[in-house]
Amino acid sequence: MISARNLTKKFGDVAAVDGISFEVRAGESFGLLGPNGAGKSTTMRMIGGVSRRSSGELAIMGLDPDRYGPEVRAHLGVVPQQDNLDEELRVRDNLIVYGRYFGLPHSYLRPKADELLEFAQLTDKAKSKIDALSGGMKRRLTIARSLINEPRMLLLDEPTTGLDPQARHILWDRLFRLKESGVTLILTTHYMDEAEQLCDRLIVVDKGRIMAEGSPAALIREHSTREVLELRFGSERNASVAAELAGIGERQETLPDRVLIYADDGEAALEQVSARGLRPLTTLVRRSSLEDVFLRLTGRSLID
Amino acid sequence: MSQRTITGPGRAAAAPVPSRRPLASLYAGNVRAVVGRGLRATWSSNWAIMASGFVEPVLYLVAMGIGLGSLIGTVQGPGGEQIGYASYIAPALLAVSAMNGAVYDSTWNVFFKLNFARLYEGMLNTSLGPLDVALGEILLALLRGALYATGFTAVMGVMGLITTPWALLMIPAAVLIAFGFASFGMGITSYMKTFQQMDWITFLMLPMFLFSATFYPLSVYPEPIQRLIQALPLWHGVELLRQLNAGVFNAATAIHVLYYVVMILLGLLLTTGRLRKLFLS
Repeated sequence: MISARNLTKKFGDVAAVDGISFEVRAGESFGLLGPNGAGKSTTMRMIGGVSRRSSGELAIMGLDPDRYGPEVRAHLGVVPQQDNLDEELRVRDNLIVYGRYFGLPHSYLRPKADELLEFAQLTDKAKSKIDALSGGMKRRLTIARSLINEPRMLLLDEPTTGLDPQARHILWDRLFRLKESGVTLILTTHYMDEAEQLCDRLIVVDKGRIMAEGSPAALIREHSTREVLELRFGSERNASVAAELAGIGERQETLPDRVLIYADDGEAALEQVSARGLRPLTTLVRRSSLEDVFLRLTGRSLID
Repeated sequence: MSQRTITGPGRAAAAPVPSRRPLASLYAGNVRAVVGRGLRATWSSNWAIMASGFVEPVLYLVAMGIGLGSLIGTVQGPGGEQIGYASYIAPALLAVSAMNGAVYDSTWNVFFKLNFARLYEGMLNTSLGPLDVALGEILLALLRGALYATGFTAVMGVMGLITTPWALLMIPAAVLIAFGFASFGMGITSYMKTFQQMDWITFLMLPMFLFSATFYPLSVYPEPIQRLIQALPLWHGVELLRQLNAGVFNAATAIHVLYYVVMILLGLLLTTGRLRKLFLS
């Protein structure tokens, strides 16, 4: 579906995307994980044919999006980072009018709009104004709108940023159904739980470059230990205590608010800490996540 | 919660076919959808603003034409004959209203959609190209202009200011004037980032309205000022409509029309280039 080779986008002298290469197969759910400013959105815009690449090769469903923007976009659904619903139109009209932009006939759009409203659980809001919707509803409507042309590929830029946990779970459920129905999903996120939930495969990007590629489980296996022990000694003591922890676990990270000890058995590591007479304020043993992978690869956390 | 699953890739399941049309990356031949959206939005939210645009020139015509006109009596028309003052300024006011409507639609309206509603961003994520969007928005401005022009011409008829069937040509001519201003206005607006910059447009429009031979002939000015005003678009519009209303045609008529044709072409070039730069760069 997507083939990118040495894809580069420069703004002046600054390379927002700096020579990345990846492939996405049909029906796959592919993620771009990275902090703000990593070049994720720029990459999405190039895939969507609304940003011209500076160099490299890019083919979307076999076509160059720079040359065949309208044709490529006809087969894409786009969910931008910030909702851009048409506030002058009511909920259902937003779907119909958007479908008209693709040149689709009313006879197709009327039943399709009703089907999508049901999918987005907005049937009873069909005649509402946009500003009467909650943030989660707007997001669901934006996703419903992106499906009006029955796209083969859906581009989701930070789909759940700014939503409360319940709204996020509803949205993930909807996206999962789309994936099951065979739509290729491309999503950017800086939430590792989202990436773990939705992505079959992902690339970790930082400063416009790919740091690692693989399935969430494989990335964790490769770049982190099975478990992580989190210790908090209070913000002043974390750094000074770190030296006394030397040798416990495979690897350690000292963050301003806590110390992380990477070990395959977190409980065993905690016993070693206690044996050295150290008394952390709080302790937590958890499984490794993509956050740890990112920390390992870049030395920084995902959300600054 | 709905248990229904959504239809998977159906309509779009076939691989995309590259188009061989010229300008394929800019234009999808779907201006209609943009116009349709505009009509639907106007219908549901801002028809009151629409109506005000019609009333304004009529008020000017009544106040200046009948009020001031009773003091002035007759003036020399485009064919050299004496005509009432209201007949003199009515076509000029029609040109001004065509200009104002087109400028409002293509500047403030576009400014808002560009910077706040992010409407164009959404449109350009579909198979629409920037030229579809530009033409659609301009066409909407023209539809509105045509509506105003028809209304105003009808008012002129009721007031007995129309004496020749040629005057009906003022309606398409007003649309031509609106086209010129709309195609340029949208391109210029794309450079604007703040409300203060937008005020400059108003600041430039007012003197053009007052001094483009709208209320008195150009001959009152010294030669260099005359040349300056003749270079500006509104003067050509005023003169064109004045000639049509009197049924007087000469070489100048063709020059006025040509001025607008060139203005339209340059404006479209500017606007499409700007939309492309803003959204597809």
